[in-house]
Amino acid sequence: MYVAVKGGEKAISAAHCLLAETRRGDVAVPELTLEQIGQQMALAVDRVMTEGSVYDRDLAALAIKQARGDLVEAIFLLRAYRTTLPRLAASMPIDTAAMDVRRRISATYKDLPGGQVLGPTFDYTHRLLDFALAAEGAPPAKAPTAPADNTSAMPRALDILDREGLIEPPGESKGGAAPGDLTREPLAFPADRAVRLQNLARGDEGFLLALGYSTQRGYGNTHPFAGEIRMGEVAVEIVPEELGFAVEIGDITVTECEMVNQFLGSERAPPRFTRGYGLAFGEQDRKAMAMSLVDRALRAAELGEDADTPAHDAEFVLYHSDNVEAQGFVQHLKLPHYVDFQSELELIRRLRKTYAADAPAAAE
Amino acid sequence: MDGMPAQSGYNFAYLDEQTKRMIRRAILKAVAIPGYQVPFGSREMPLPYGWGTGGIQVTASVIGPADVLKVIDQGADDTTNAVSIRAFFARTTGVATTERTAEATLIQTRHRIPETPLKEGQILVYQVPTPEPLRWLEPRESETRKMHALQEYGVMHVRLYEDVAKFGRIAMSYDYPVRVNGRYIMRPSPIPKFDNPKMDRCPTLQLFGAGREKRIYAVPPYTEVRSLDFEDHPFEIQKWDEACALCGAEDSFLDEVVTDDAGGRMFVCSDTDYCAERCRAAEADGDAA
Amino acid sequence: MSAAAESPLLRVRGLARHYGAIVGCRAVSFDLWPGEVLGVVGESGSGKSTLLNCLSGRLGLTVGTVEFDMRGRGLTDLAALSEAERRMLMRTDWGFVFQSPREGLRMNVSAGANIGERLMAVGARHYGAIRAEAADWLEKVEFDLARIDHMPETFSGGMQQRVQIARTLVTRPRLVFMDEPTGGLDVSVQARLLDLVRALVEELRLAAIVVTHDLAVARLITHRLMVMRGGAVVETGLTDQLLDDPHHPYTQLLVSSVLQP
Repeated sequence: MYVAVKGGEKAISAAHCLLAETRRGDVAVPELTLEQIGQQMALAVDRVMTEGSVYDRDLAALAIKQARGDLVEAIFLLRAYRTTLPRLAASMPIDTAAMDVRRRISATYKDLPGGQVLGPTFDYTHRLLDFALAAEGAPPAKAPTAPADNTSAMPRALDILDREGLIEPPGESKGGAAPGDLTREPLAFPADRAVRLQNLARGDEGFLLALGYSTQRGYGNTHPFAGEIRMGEVAVEIVPEELGFAVEIGDITVTECEMVNQFLGSERAPPRFTRGYGLAFGEQDRKAMAMSLVDRALRAAELGEDADTPAHDAEFVLYHSDNVEAQGFVQHLKLPHYVDFQSELELIRRLRKTYAADAPAAAE
Repeated sequence: MDGMPAQSGYNFAYLDEQTKRMIRRAILKAVAIPGYQVPFGSREMPLPYGWGTGGIQVTASVIGPADVLKVIDQGADDTTNAVSIRAFFARTTGVATTERTAEATLIQTRHRIPETPLKEGQILVYQVPTPEPLRWLEPRESETRKMHALQEYGVMHVRLYEDVAKFGRIAMSYDYPVRVNGRYIMRPSPIPKFDNPKMDRCPTLQLFGAGREKRIYAVPPYTEVRSLDFEDHPFEIQKWDEACALCGAEDSFLDEVVTDDAGGRMFVCSDTDYCAERCRAAEADGDAA
Repeated sequence: MSAAAESPLLRVRGLARHYGAIVGCRAVSFDLWPGEVLGVVGESGSGKSTLLNCLSGRLGLTVGTVEFDMRGRGLTDLAALSEAERRMLMRTDWGFVFQSPREGLRMNVSAGANIGERLMAVGARHYGAIRAEAADWLEKVEFDLARIDHMPETFSGGMQQRVQIARTLVTRPRLVFMDEPTGGLDVSVQARLLDLVRALVEELRLAAIVVTHDLAVARLITHRLMVMRGGAVVETGLTDQLLDDPHHPYTQLLVSSVLQP
């Protein structure tokens, strides 16, 4: 006598146990602390905070630990937690011109007020595996501190172009007064730029990287120059209702990229440089740059340019950028589908019968 | 809400009351416009998109402490995802759960409608992966919304036309599109077309939640639901030559179970509760005789 | 039709379309009467495609009016139509034949379905009847019936264009817009297709606006011509008169630059 498979409940709980055990691994190896992850896996934490849409290094570190280092899973964990958090206030826009800069480079000017500051970058390292790191060793030598004058004001590089009127003013296409919020309101089209930027900021780094890359390879003609990339600490301010003035609630680290794009003019706008914008939590040049390329590409239609490549297609980009949505839907294919499959089996069998009857020679 | 959540630290049924109200408003709108897809601010849930987040949010918004919940996947109560979702609500609401269709006040389902006829007062919540029936023809949401608004549905029949031209019959076996209340074309979620007739004038409120796509739609009780077809190629449902090997049912949707690697197979009811009820009834009859 | 003949099918007054500072077309006025085929000729950049797109509602006007004789409503300003009404017009009383069949056909469904779609869009729900009508139209455009279930991808350019014409005419529109309908085809294919178009237009008493840069095409299928240059109409007249005795220097240049048969 056939008995249908039972015991889903037990199997799930056993799998959870096994997962916990596997995550910990060999208990003879010391367990990772959140501090260790936060300090030494800092860039993983940055990515999880950015795409998880929560600036909290400890929570992100916990998510990474719980996810066994799977960053997309960690982002998912953080997002699910984020949903349950109450909203106490909305911050004022951060002022990146007043950033306490740790890194600032411009590819469009050799030198500019405030100078070029490389900061802690991989950029000019030779990518040679450093076997010395494989052994626990002495701490590295202390990095030299910058000369005092480098802490002087660092105006945004694009403001120089702006003063000459050669670039569109910042925030020209920012949409409505209050930015939308995709975590409260579903995406609708046409999506204004604030909503698009929110989507891209939360978007999967790999997806944006590939799309940004495609615009450079001819799938979209954006002629980009990295006008400025800056990274450092900015103050976050809120205006509590009972006070009526802004108070600072803390600092966050962000990377901002302003891309300058050539624009020859169209029926809708005069020739001038245009902007692509990218912002990410922590130190994330790659994400911020890719985001700024895609932001600019998504503005093609508004600027009256041809908009015929994947990166120009707002519905395509914005509906597929979210890795929490994407990973869920791709992986849901492993859920049982046997009812649908049974329906297809029945259909295929029936069609094959007709086929065999219609073409006896072919069926033999 | 006076229900005591079994899991501390979270609100009854996980979602906060503001969110539930927002979802209930979307549901009310959906009920008022049968078959129309209402956009809603779908929340990130602790279960992955594609695994029932839409259904879960709908269920979480309508469930109360007195409800009796049944969760099925592929017609069965004991499939892993059904178990997981039932456990989620047991933990976050503490409501009673059941496997018996007749006892449930609220049924969340993936891919099936129970064989036991549904009643007034029950609510059936479907998990929907892709709500848009026009999506295969038109990938753009801005365009499909227009097509719905203007009832530009001719293109749906193009698909049916192609099937008949190629195969002599309509070759869609699940997620078979329907027209609701003579107005909106709707995807019934990937239920087999075998289940489509159960939706028509069903006494139960049917709610559809698509979490990833952020849409809710509904079929109110006793609403006409017609499967698309041609006058000369009318809609028809699957039929089996076999009966259920366990309960002998000839009127239920059958799963094919491969019993060995030599081509041996048997057919059993996909609706495990229906099958078990019939087996129990047969046993009781046997005892009585 | 007798009452309709008292008013034009399409009335255009002072139409202009600007692209920023650039003029697409300007000061265009004309009437189109039922059964009349109007040709719009000019070089590329003359504004003829802009005009066609403005007339067919695919592009907004900067100034001017376009009125169409709607069934039961008489001459109606198209700008006052809702999008629903405009789209309804597009799939019933109007047809559009594109230069590229790719724009006018669904390339991923069969020839029969392409034609049937317009019928199903207006409510046809009997498979057998839809297919019979599609077949009937394929015959009318001299298309091999054995290929009714094949995909447009597998057809030659001329065959694709025949399917597009059948798809457009199946709902018996009253006004058809054609944008270089034989452009991009071999000369011999072009000639046969033009014969077909002329015959169908006559048989169905269609009104049509045909944009072309090819004076031979214009001579063969149009009754009346408008010559455009730099966005403006420089000369209008009956086709044969205008081509045999052009007045405007630009028209004279156009005509003289074509080898006479």
